[in-house]
Amino acid sequence: MKFADFVCFEAIVPELEAKDRNGVIAELVCLLDKAGRLGKNNSEKITRAVIKREREASTGMGKGVAVPHVKHTSVKDVVAVLGQSAAGIDFSSLDKQPVYSVILLISPVDNPDRHLQAMEKIFKHLQKDKFRKFLRQSESAEQIEDLLREADENPSL
Amino acid sequence: MPTGEETLEGAICQRQVEIKNADGLHMRPAMQFVDIANGFDCDITVSNSQNCVDGKSIMQMSMLAATCGTKLTIKAEGPDAREAVDALQELVEAKMFDEPPPGD
Repeated sequence: MKFADFVCFEAIVPELEAKDRNGVIAELVCLLDKAGRLGKNNSEKITRAVIKREREASTGMGKGVAVPHVKHTSVKDVVAVLGQSAAGIDFSSLDKQPVYSVILLISPVDNPDRHLQAMEKIFKHLQKDKFRKFLRQSESAEQIEDLLREADENPSL
Repeated sequence: MPTGEETLEGAICQRQVEIKNADGLHMRPAMQFVDIANGFDCDITVSNSQNCVDGKSIMQMSMLAATCGTKLTIKAEGPDAREAVDALQELVEAKMFDEPPPGD
């Protein structure tokens, strides 16, 4: 699976306005909603569901990244958006460190395999120091989109 | 079939397990796996047909994309290798990460 298959590039935000975990989740869901990817009147429900999931166990995997996610009936296929925070956000991460890059992923309820494939793609790159560094250095939505598209072409990135 | 081998450093134990819960090895199951793996001293790797990853790293385990039906090879190396593989096999195949199989 490629980033281009599931990342909503037009919703990418290079500097998040929200400064806390729940605010960031709400902001990213709202951006996906504005991009028309979540059907009608679902954004509040989805925000609550993602926060509930996050409370059960943090998706802050360490190394400054978090991947909040939930399965929801409003989507037919996986859709994701990426937001960054220069100051860092407290996500109750496994390594207790702030999170600088957040990928929010909404997956369909009836296709667990697609969800796993999207996660595979995300973590294949996020676990690489070089990729995370390039991501944090990106200052615009265009640069982030370019990086993700480059990662699609170059698996070693 | 379980295979084992005694070495000077301890033991090597390798076994194939199959993912049986419907949702596969998503993040929560992967965390359960990593938690148990980290309770042992031995080195643990997990591989599918494409990748071989550190069984004690949640990020690497999330890379496996192990869907229901996927067969993974768990390999442990160290004094408590056999116990580790036994515990991880139980989590994956017997407990199925406390999740339902397909069609439930």
